[in-house]
Amino acid sequence: MEHIVELEHVDAGYGGKTVLSDVSFSVERGEIFALLGGSGCGKSTLMKHMIGLNPVLAGRLTVAGEEWSAASRARLCRRIGVMYQSGALFGSMTCLGNVMLPLEEFSPLSRRERRAKAMELLASVGLEDAAGKMPAEISGGMKKRVAIARAMALDPDVVFLDEPGAGLDPLTSSALDELVLRLREERGMTFIMVTHELDSIFATADRCAVFDAARRSMVALGAPRWLADECEDEFTRMFLRRGGRA
Amino acid sequence: MSAFGERMSYLGEAVASAMSVAIHPRRFRFGDFALAFQRAACDGLPVCMGMGFLLGLILAFESAVSLRTFGLHSYVAALLAIGLFRELGPIITAIVLAGRSGSAFAAEIGAMKTDDELDALSTMGLAPVGFLVMPRVAAAALAMPVLTIFAELSGLVGGALVLAAMDVPPVVFWSNVVSASSAFIIALGLAKSVLFGAMVGLIGCIAGLRTRMSADGVGVSTTAAVVGGIVSVAVADGVIAVLCHVWNI
Ligand SMILES: Nc1ncnc2c1ncn2[C@@H]1O[C@H](COP(=O)(O)OP(=O)(O)O)[C@@H](O)[C@H]1O
Ligand SMILES: [Mg+2]
Repeated sequence: MEHIVELEHVDAGYGGKTVLSDVSFSVERGEIFALLGGSGCGKSTLMKHMIGLNPVLAGRLTVAGEEWSAASRARLCRRIGVMYQSGALFGSMTCLGNVMLPLEEFSPLSRRERRAKAMELLASVGLEDAAGKMPAEISGGMKKRVAIARAMALDPDVVFLDEPGAGLDPLTSSALDELVLRLREERGMTFIMVTHELDSIFATADRCAVFDAARRSMVALGAPRWLADECEDEFTRMFLRRGGRA
Repeated sequence: MSAFGERMSYLGEAVASAMSVAIHPRRFRFGDFALAFQRAACDGLPVCMGMGFLLGLILAFESAVSLRTFGLHSYVAALLAIGLFRELGPIITAIVLAGRSGSAFAAEIGAMKTDDELDALSTMGLAPVGFLVMPRVAAAALAMPVLTIFAELSGLVGGALVLAAMDVPPVVFWSNVVSASSAFIIALGLAKSVLFGAMVGLIGCIAGLRTRMSADGVGVSTTAAVVGGIVSVAVADGVIAVLCHVWNI
């Protein structure tokens, strides 16, 4: 199996402050992988390391076999896509413009092909009708779908999703889960998501890494069902059973 | 990193990306530049002209009233021309630009930062400095000479009105203006205005990039952009005045 993202003994944090220590796991191609844990345990911090915004404090973190560095940065940026919690769409451009932006900057396609590709991406998240709308004119759930389309524009190896369900009603949130499953089915896309929505994890995730703020470390790794039922870590079983499913 | 170090590192990045734009002009985001230029120059024109007109009117009136006692009030034209072209034109325009555009740059970029849009740019492989700062700084630098010329001409019109009321005919006023000013003085003022524009634009953008992720973040950045812009323009103008004196310009 091909490791798309791999962490070996990584210390995560900011400057001199360690938030999580000695984290190791790897994510395979085509997997839906969730980072799970209470608020403030360091999920977003770890994701910022994985997407190259902050350097890791210690250990080795690779994306597509390469560590983040000034030299690899331009290459690696094209192999990842990120959907931020708010969507982070650029307010001065239409939805289509947002999806076309990475293509305009980095793809060798002609203007017409870029447009066609962006429309195809919007169609794949069910939003071809919103192409001409500005981000301020569409709902929160639609913004996140446009952001997923933008994240996939350059056919990345892995798409990161920061709290996909946050701020959405349960129906919209589960529609987003179905979209993620469908995109994995159709395009073989790998997803790494930060979330604490247990419904969404049981519906989509193949494996989860569970983090505990009190112990400042990763405390369990495995399939969500297994974590809820059989994992030897007490905290993890408690955390996953709060979902009301177990 | 210290606040000063952070500002310097953005400044260094801005210089590097300006050089990279000079080498690859197609990387320049012309659409963003055009929009920022329109907002800074076209939309800012009435304020700058109004400020220039009032300043010319008031200066001419105050000095003419004193000088008339000695029958010297026709010299007001020369005084006003040199004052406006050398100092006041670029300075008041830069103050208006700091209030209108420096603040707008800080607020726009700051709001993008709090919405994670700057992180989104970075993870797409687009440097926020090249993408957002370059077009805005270029727009501010190029808007300044245009605004300055209009402010200066409005100031002279204000002065001409005052003197006309004191029985100095406009023809005499204009010929005094022309004989007092030189192409060099006007060009010096315009060169200063380009520098001030770049400074105000850059300080506004850097304030935006440094926005804290808190509720008052954007407000603090906007204030920093305006105050920082005005103070540094005043300091730069003082330094230039000293240098001009030393070099006898
Ligand atoms: N920019 C930052 N600088 C320093 N510490 C931070 C920063 N952002 C978050 N933290 C701290 O890191 C810890 C983990 O935060 P975060 O990764 O955002 O948690 P989560 O996403 O799991 O809710 C928290 O204690 C938080 O206070
Ligand atoms: Mg978080």
